[in-house]
Amino acid sequence: MFTGKVIGEVWATRRHATLEGFKLLLVEPFEVATRVGGRKQGLVVAADSVDAGVGDEVIVAYGRAGRTALGQGHDIAVEAAVVAVVDSRTGPELG
Amino acid sequence: MLMGRVVGNVWATRKAESLIGMRMLLVRPFTTGKEEAQDIIVAGDPLGAGMGETVLVAFGRAARTVLGSQDVGWQAAVVAIVDSISLADGGTFELGEHGERIPT
Repeated sequence: MFTGKVIGEVWATRRHATLEGFKLLLVEPFEVATRVGGRKQGLVVAADSVDAGVGDEVIVAYGRAGRTALGQGHDIAVEAAVVAVVDSRTGPELG
Repeated sequence: MLMGRVVGNVWATRKAESLIGMRMLLVRPFTTGKEEAQDIIVAGDPLGAGMGETVLVAFGRAARTVLGSQDVGWQAAVVAIVDSISLADGGTFELGEHGERIPT
């Protein structure tokens, strides 16, 4: 799991049938801001289970945990899901 | 899931029996910055994505669901071909051949 920021939304008409009805969000994972020179992580596409939107800070879960949050069973073509919208947190500065 | 661009095809004759008939693509994931992408991924493709297209790739059980069986020795598959993307910093766009943004 990780936290990140929703930076966009993705649309696809040619897709596996089980993706129908899911909002697909583009999430940019946070890095610890003090880390310099590290390679940027890739973007993650996650199905939305909590009505998150662009600009929200969210928590993403993978695999069975993510599908459990979506509540549509495990025979779906989803492997990452937004499971929470973050209100606040402490700890290192992320960005 | 990751989003990336189809950059190649892979063929293999000697392979696990469960992989027979599966189309294999090379996908280069998009990153957030302008640096080179991460390592290239090999993904099964039941949807018929073409070279240069933007696709979503899922892993594990989700990928095998798309491939039609959990009894496949395989971990990554194309689950969708992307039409368009909207970003917080402005507008909706499609992605061109080299990742450039084409406003819609």
